[in-house]
Amino acid sequence: MENQIFQLQYAMDTFYFLVCGALVMWMAAGFAMLEAGLVRSKNTTEILTKNVALFAISCSMYMICGYALMYGGEVFLSGMGEVDTASVLNDFAGREDGFEGGSIYSGASDFFFQVVFVATAMSIVSGAVAERMKLWAFLAFAVVMTGVIYPMEGNWTWGGGSVFGMYTLGDLGFSDFAGSGIVHMAGASAALAGVLLLGARKGKYGSNGSINAIPGANLPMATLGTFILWMGWFGFNGGSVLKLGDISSAHSVAMVFLNTNAAAAGGAIAALITARMLFGKADLTMLLNGALAGLVAITAEPSTPTALQATLFGAIGGVLVVFSIITLDKLRIDDPVGAISVHGTCGLLGLLLVPITNGDVSFSGQLIGALTIFVWVFGFSLVVWAILKAVMGIRITEEEEYEGADIAECGMEAYPEFTKG
Amino acid sequence: MKLITAVIKPFKLDDVREALSEIGVQGITVTEVKGFGRQKGHTELYRGAEYVVDFLPKVKLEAAVSDEIVDQVIECVAKTANTGKIGDGKIFVSDLEQVIRIRTGETGNSAL
Repeated sequence: MENQIFQLQYAMDTFYFLVCGALVMWMAAGFAMLEAGLVRSKNTTEILTKNVALFAISCSMYMICGYALMYGGEVFLSGMGEVDTASVLNDFAGREDGFEGGSIYSGASDFFFQVVFVATAMSIVSGAVAERMKLWAFLAFAVVMTGVIYPMEGNWTWGGGSVFGMYTLGDLGFSDFAGSGIVHMAGASAALAGVLLLGARKGKYGSNGSINAIPGANLPMATLGTFILWMGWFGFNGGSVLKLGDISSAHSVAMVFLNTNAAAAGGAIAALITARMLFGKADLTMLLNGALAGLVAITAEPSTPTALQATLFGAIGGVLVVFSIITLDKLRIDDPVGAISVHGTCGLLGLLLVPITNGDVSFSGQLIGALTIFVWVFGFSLVVWAILKAVMGIRITEEEEYEGADIAECGMEAYPEFTKG
Repeated sequence: MKLITAVIKPFKLDDVREALSEIGVQGITVTEVKGFGRQKGHTELYRGAEYVVDFLPKVKLEAAVSDEIVDQVIECVAKTANTGKIGDGKIFVSDLEQVIRIRTGETGNSAL
C-alpha cells in the first residue's frame, strides 16, 4: 500500500514538474511576441529569428554541458535514460517525514523544467539589444551564456556549490525561490553589458541631449506577449515549489499561483498610475512593463507573502520600473523593450524583498548573492561581448540599420505584402 | 467638365459621400493620404518621450463632374466637411479635358 502511494507521489510530482515546464516553455512565445511588438516592423523577422534560435541553442547547450555544470552529473545527460524503481522506492521509504518528505521525481523532468529557465534568461538579452545587433554575434553569445555563464551562477545558488571555493551563498542566508536574481537579473546583467558595448539605436538620442521616441510597431502583439508571459509565470513560480504531492506542498503551490497573479496585477496598476501621473497619458507599454515588473519582483519569494503583501511588492516593482526606464534613457542606455529595467532593476528588488516575509533569509545574504550574480554575469558577458566585437563585430552597419535588420540579416520582411502594396 | 479634388478629415468621409450621392454625383475615388497644411503636425507620447508627427492622415476624394453641378458639388463638400476647426482641408477644382468610359467607349458628359 505504501509503495503504491509512493508510486503515485512520484508520478504526480513528475507530472506536475513537466506541466509547469511546458508552461515556462510557452514564455518563449511571450518574449517573442512582446519583443516583436515593441520593435519597428523592419526588424520583426530578425527578432523572431533570434527568439526561436536562442531557445533552441539554450536547450542544446544546457543538454551538452550546462546542466552538468549547474547540478553535477555527466555531460550530454548521460545516464538520465534509466530509472531504478526499487531504489527510488527505497529513497521514498528512507525519508524522515514520510509522505510529507522532500520531493522525489524523475531526473528527466528536472532537466526539462530547468532547461526552460535558461532560455528565459537568454530571451531577456534579445529584447535589450534589438534592432541593431548582428544576429550571429548574438547567437554566439547565447552559446557561452547558456553553456557556461548561467550554469556557473546557477551552481552557486540552486546548485548549492561554493563560489570558486571562497564562500557558499546558502550559508550566508541567500534565497531566490524561482529566480528573480538567478534568472532575471542574470539575463539583464548580460543584456546591460551587451548594450554598453553596442550603443544606442541610431536616432534614439539627439546630439543636443534630446531623447527621441521610437514607437513599437505592433502593440496588440506586445500585449499578447505580456499575457502569455503572465500565464507562463504560473509554471515558472508554481513549479519552483518542486512538489505537489502532499497537503502542505499543494497548498504552497496554490499560494504561489495566487501571489504570482496578485503581484502582476499590483505591478500593472502601479505602473499605469505612475505613467499617467508622470506623462499625463496612460502609456500602454509602461503598463505592460509594470505587469512584468510585478511578476519579476515576486519571483524571489512567492510562497511566504500574504496576497496583500504580494500585491504591494508587485506595485513597488510597477512604480520602480517606470522610473528605471526613464533613468536608463537619461543615461543614454537604449533598451527598446525595457528588459534591463523589468528584469534587472526589479529582479534586484525581488531579492531584497525576500527577508521581509521569510525569516530564514538575511538581507546581507541577499545583497551578497545579488552582487555575486551581477559581478559574475556582467563581467564575464562584457569580456565575451568585447571579444565578439573585436573578432566579428556586434553591430550591423548604419545603412543596414536604416533599411532594417530583417533585410540585412534574414533577407526577408515580416510584412512583405503590406510594404510592397 | 471639372475634376474636383478635395482633401478632408477622414471622419467626414461618410457624410460627404452621402451628400454627394444625394445631389447626383455618380462616382468618387478616395485615397488615404498624409500631409500638412496650416494645422502642421502634432506631438505624441511614447514611453515618456514626446515625438512629432509631421504628416497628418487625411482623405483625398476625387470626383469628375459636369459643369452644371460643379458649384453645387463644391458647396456640398465645403458644407459637409466643415467642422470650423483648423485642419478641415481644401478643395481644388481643375478643368477636365476628356472622360472615357472604358466598357462602352462613351465620352464626355455621358461618360460621367
